[in-house]
Amino acid sequence: MPTNPDPAPISEQIDLVNDRASIHHAESRVLDALNVFDYPKAARFAIRLAIEEAVTNAFKHGHKGLPRETPVRLDFVVAVDRAVIAVEDQGPGFNPSDVPDPTLDENLERPCGRGLMLIRAYMSALTFNPSGNRVEMTFIRATEP
Amino acid sequence: MAASDSRLRIRKDSNVTIVEFVDRNILDEANIQMIGDEITGLIESNPALRLLISFANVDHLSSAALGTLITINNKLRPKGQLRLANIDPQIYEVFVITRLNNIFKIHSTTDDAIKSFS
Repeated sequence: MPTNPDPAPISEQIDLVNDRASIHHAESRVLDALNVFDYPKAARFAIRLAIEEAVTNAFKHGHKGLPRETPVRLDFVVAVDRAVIAVEDQGPGFNPSDVPDPTLDENLERPCGRGLMLIRAYMSALTFNPSGNRVEMTFIRATEP
Repeated sequence: MAASDSRLRIRKDSNVTIVEFVDRNILDEANIQMIGDEITGLIESNPALRLLISFANVDHLSSAALGTLITINNKLRPKGQLRLANIDPQIYEVFVITRLNNIFKIHSTTDDAIKSFS
């Protein structure tokens, strides 16, 4: 008897504005897609954290000096084996290698600068476009024993 | 700030001020700012404050929330004491990844944290 095929990947593109309802909506869309594929709680926690940090960085740093209503674009594709989420702002971009390591002793008590390292810690892969205003985050689902 | 706006529940036990969060998710920058301001007010009223922040029922927190905790710790350190407690294992992992478990005194339960104050 043929087994049920995996559901088709779910993808969506969402323009976010800088308010909690808009960010919550985008996170909910991704979490709903993860639920379709039964992603475990730890994966949902990791992906939500990464989205939160990437979107916060986009509005706070990427859009510094831009009108508050300037939207950030979030694209996602969720499949059975991976989730890919891209966050793109309309700012000039940044060089990720310029961000100090917040886990060094001398930076440990600085109140800022942990978002990017948390994304790196929780995601399987992270790539930036050349101008540094778009980050693509890939979470590869662990194979269950 | 009107009491009804507060995102915190604050009580006292054995000369320890215990702060709990109203929200399960400590993510919103405006709320985090409000939480920081309210706790800063407590410290300014009593610089020798013994402060216990409980994360019971908190499911998510952002790096902005971690930053506010560091600021609170720095303000309290000269005369007061800070303890954290009831941190969900997934959130505790965030403290470990950022090495902030080396900065904060973290206890499993409210009782353990209360007993730890010198």
